[in-house]
Amino acid sequence: MNNELLRSLISSKVPEAEFSGEETQFLNVIIKPEDLRTLTEFLRNDPQTKLDFLFCMTAVDWMTHFFTVYHLRSTETDQTLVIKVKINDRENPEVETVCDIWKTAEFHEREVYDLFGIKFKNHPDLRRILLEDDWVGYPLRKDYKDEANIVEL
Amino acid sequence: MINEEANTAVENKPETQEYFINMGPQHPSTHGVLRLMLTLDGEIIKKVEPHLGFIHRSIEKMCEKDSYQQIVHLTDRMDYLSCHMNNEAVCLCVEQGLQLEIPERVKVIRTIISELTRLSSHQLWWGVMGMDLGAITTFLYGFRDREMITDIFEETCGARLTMNYNVPGGLMFDIHPNFQKRTKDFITYFKKKLPEYDDLLSNNVIFTERTKGIGMLSKEDAISYGVTGPSGRASGFSCDVRKHFPYSAYDRVDFREIIYTEGDCYARYRARIDEMHESMKIIEQLIDNIPEGDYKAKTKAVIKLPEGEYYQRVETARGELGVYVVSDNKKSPYRLKFRSPGFSNLSALNIMAKGDKIADLVATMSTLDLVIPDIDR
Amino acid sequence: MNFNIYDFTGFVNSIKQWLNSVFPPAVADITGFVIIGICFLTFITLLGLSLVYIERKVCAFFQQRLGPMRVGFWGTAQTVADIIKLIFKEPLIAKGSDKFLFNLAAFIVIVAPFMAIAAVPFAKGLHVLDFDIGLFFITAVSSIGVTGILLAGWSSNNKYSLIGAMRSGAQIVSYELSVVLSLLTIIVLTGSLQLSAIIESQRDGWWIFKGNIPAIIAFFIFIIASTAESNRGPFDMAEAESELTAGFHTEYSGIKFAYFFLAEYINLFIIAAVGATVFFGGWMPLHIGNFEFFNKIMDFIPPIIWFFGKIAALIFLIMWFKWTFPRLRIDQLLTLEWKYLLPINLVNLLMMSVVALNGWHF
Repeated sequence: MNNELLRSLISSKVPEAEFSGEETQFLNVIIKPEDLRTLTEFLRNDPQTKLDFLFCMTAVDWMTHFFTVYHLRSTETDQTLVIKVKINDRENPEVETVCDIWKTAEFHEREVYDLFGIKFKNHPDLRRILLEDDWVGYPLRKDYKDEANIVEL
Repeated sequence: MINEEANTAVENKPETQEYFINMGPQHPSTHGVLRLMLTLDGEIIKKVEPHLGFIHRSIEKMCEKDSYQQIVHLTDRMDYLSCHMNNEAVCLCVEQGLQLEIPERVKVIRTIISELTRLSSHQLWWGVMGMDLGAITTFLYGFRDREMITDIFEETCGARLTMNYNVPGGLMFDIHPNFQKRTKDFITYFKKKLPEYDDLLSNNVIFTERTKGIGMLSKEDAISYGVTGPSGRASGFSCDVRKHFPYSAYDRVDFREIIYTEGDCYARYRARIDEMHESMKIIEQLIDNIPEGDYKAKTKAVIKLPEGEYYQRVETARGELGVYVVSDNKKSPYRLKFRSPGFSNLSALNIMAKGDKIADLVATMSTLDLVIPDIDR
Repeated sequence: MNFNIYDFTGFVNSIKQWLNSVFPPAVADITGFVIIGICFLTFITLLGLSLVYIERKVCAFFQQRLGPMRVGFWGTAQTVADIIKLIFKEPLIAKGSDKFLFNLAAFIVIVAPFMAIAAVPFAKGLHVLDFDIGLFFITAVSSIGVTGILLAGWSSNNKYSLIGAMRSGAQIVSYELSVVLSLLTIIVLTGSLQLSAIIESQRDGWWIFKGNIPAIIAFFIFIIASTAESNRGPFDMAEAESELTAGFHTEYSGIKFAYFFLAEYINLFIIAAVGATVFFGGWMPLHIGNFEFFNKIMDFIPPIIWFFGKIAALIFLIMWFKWTFPRLRIDQLLTLEWKYLLPINLVNLLMMSVVALNGWHF
């Protein structure tokens, strides 16, 4: 199991996937929201890849678009892969949930929803997790304004 | 009419009702401000629903405004019991981004202090574990031994709990001249005291009855829920970052990754006790071989990471801590995410506690070794 | 006044005569009751305070620390300070709780051990109620306390309290059986339930030594079951600090909380007193058969010291349990009683009957 093989496997499944970051640490793959389910289900269950451990899940706000970032690892081979889902819709960002594939995503997706406002379709219990239920806005978005709590220098 | 009603009442079982109970935010065994909503049938737990965020301080948002040197200080306040490892994670991440060559001396000292921190964290956990199960005396025993480690820390860097001993590029100061001697003294002392832990708790019939077969977590679930650290390894999930992705000086020391396959509370308990033995082994190997040299590599006053993404993981006392930095070549990170072990470990609590009794939930929670600031960040 | 530390009969009688000589008979009786009542109230208060202090010091001793040291010499006034604080605290009553039962519960809990302590023989002649069913009276009256606990849990309108109370109910009803059966094992030998008769039957040696193996088994069962009956660790299921915050007395504050606290320690004293009386001869000094010389030396130590010495030893033992063992779970607790202690107890009772019939005891 290595990056080349993983790359070819992903390309065969999702042809329009973009790759990057091989020269740095992990292999990165950027996909569209609609490809997420097919790719993750394949990577989790395929005996060749078997990326069964979602060790980190988060999102990044790039002002024009969001990335939801999934750090995956195979517990057998320690092969690591980073999937980034590019969400262009900033008003109503939506992506499929993966919490039936990796249970840990249930909490992590709630956190991302809480702090970025990205909705996860088919998530069983999508509520705010860290902030209060009646909090207004999504604090980790770059355009979040909170004059009471954040001091601009 | 009345007869009919009476008959149906006799035929049907007595009507029972599930009820809710709020465990926390102020509860002795949630170790902080964690609120669990329990759905109970009598004393049997049907569902555990954690409500978190009572001490959420949005550390990740604060990091987006701070310089990398400042971020290190914030990490102390997450998992305060493994503060040194948290510091180390950020420092390693920055050093990775700068491609900085770290002096050997720093690596060894960081490893020794990491293991001392792990020991102190496990000592405190052991004490609290006993207290949660009603054996209050263990609490004081755990603290008695932990005191010696905090004294060593105090002499080394002036702080006992939140140490801030790491800075990007090395250490804040060199070690105290007494450091090696006191650490060796502590190891000889604690080698004698650790069997006392077994005498007091591990071999107690009531204790084993309370923990064996309780809070079961299968290997598949452990991986799926991302339960790492001693809790995950007790379910047979080999996830020791120190073994799989060695950092600092872990590649040159000989130690065993503790793996149990039972996945119950007792296995998690044993995993931590055994880990204390391994930590002492690591310290013993390194303490006499601290290389001479600088305690800090030369860094610029303002650190700017090149554009890109960096991920660094370390093994804290609770599991795998990940630091994910997205940098846009400014003095503070564009986005910084802490993958805290407690957050993932807590998510598995529901399946572990389901079907057990309230008393078992306390034992299960105790063996997960939750630190609330680590979960809430 | 003929005061004799070895025999209080004369002392008590002289007080009685003096009262009768001063007052008419009815008034004399009432005055006697009041004096006894005041004596017991003072005794219970002092007992509660000193036991709390002892518990804290014993606990500190097990935990390698000093315990209270600041108030008074070696912290001796600490519990007094605590009780003053508790008296002055606001007695909170939670919204939605049943006020009448809520207040009543605290009194039932404190009244039960207060009644039981009346039948405890402190020394020769120092004995308020010497029924011919004395032992039965103590066990019966002291278990009234559980009604108070159940009421407290029910009326608090708090789920933690309710769970604690239900646990406590199941626990006390179960362990009552073992306590009574283990005491019954010794009654087979004494042939009387009267406490003074039980003590008198141990003039040539304590039952724990005379009663052969069944007596020792009975003692172990008694000490386990009575620890459970008094809701103390490792059987403190009803309070279970780390599970149910404080169990049945979660909602109580101020002086009513102090009642629960005090009742626990008086129950502890009563258990130790019953255990000492039945197994260790009460105030009876250590005698070995007809070994007159040894018996004389032992007699030199006053009975009241023997009695409190034995109680102190038993209380220390029970405290030792509490500060060493983890807590059991409720189902394990009931399993222990119904599957182990009760069958062992019944077999033990049978064994003791065989021993008694054949005269194999000493």
